Amino acid sequence: MSVPAPFYLALSAALFALGTLGVLVRRSALVVFMSVELMLNAVNLTLVTFARVRGAVDGQIVVFFVLVVAAAEVVIGLAIIVNIFRARDTVDVDDVDLLRG
Amino acid sequence: MERVLFAVTAVLALAGGVGVVASREPVHSVLGLLLVLMSLAVDFLLLGAQFIAVLQVIIYAGAIVVLFVFIIMLLNVRTGEGARTPRVVPPALGIALSAVFAGLLVAAAASGAGQAASVGADFGTVQQVGRALFTAYALPFEAASIVLIVGMIGAVALSKRPAPWGAPPDRRGEGRR
Repeated sequence: MSVPAPFYLALSAALFALGTLGVLVRRSALVVFMSVELMLNAVNLTLVTFARVRGAVDGQIVVFFVLVVAAAEVVIGLAIIVNIFRARDTVDVDDVDLLRG
Repeated sequence: MERVLFAVTAVLALAGGVGVVASREPVHSVLGLLLVLMSLAVDFLLLGAQFIAVLQVIIYAGAIVVLFVFIIMLLNVRTGEGARTPRVVPPALGIALSAVFAGLLVAAAASGAGQAASVGADFGTVQQVGRALFTAYALPFEAASIVLIVGMIGAVALSKRPAPWGAPPDRRGEGRR
């Protein structure tokens, strides 16, 4: 491990912050979704880094389960986005406020 | 060598991340996401996680990105997210969050979290991960299959349903309400 762990963690933190920024700033539901994927991947990098630092494989197992949940989440989320688009003709998250009281 | 590879992938991943957040066209965002995913796969290899790197390429780059592209093609979303000026609060929040993470990072680096354990050549191979998956993590592994089944059924149920809460009649032509 010739690259020290903090470098990987720095990359991970930067990617996570970028993803957070995307979720907060962008209004297209699709891009918000991609930003969520970005955040998930940043966390995966942290998990793999610490798995390597500790020399245990458990962190990689957690990444495996994150991948499973991310796959299910994308499928359901995109189906919901398609439904919203069919109903509202938009995927702008600011325009979808039906549940607002 | 490893350092050069890490530097290249880090720059590519950050560029891709900026691309996801900043590009106007959703398709460009997807391409940025793909860049991030592939760079991270290389990083996983550098960290000795061969199995996870392969999964990253197959599942993320192979399946999820393609799904995104299909949905963009299906929706044919008009690009202009308008030039509505961003409110002040979300960027400020983003900057504050970044500052917090940077602080945590400096703290972690200062505490010397960098002493990596020495690992054998078989660390992170399919054999090792698979053995852990089917012994210590057998129950969560089965639960993961239930999650995937629920996801599949949910997706089918959601997309088979007619358009909910009042479709615009001019687009549908059949006035379904």
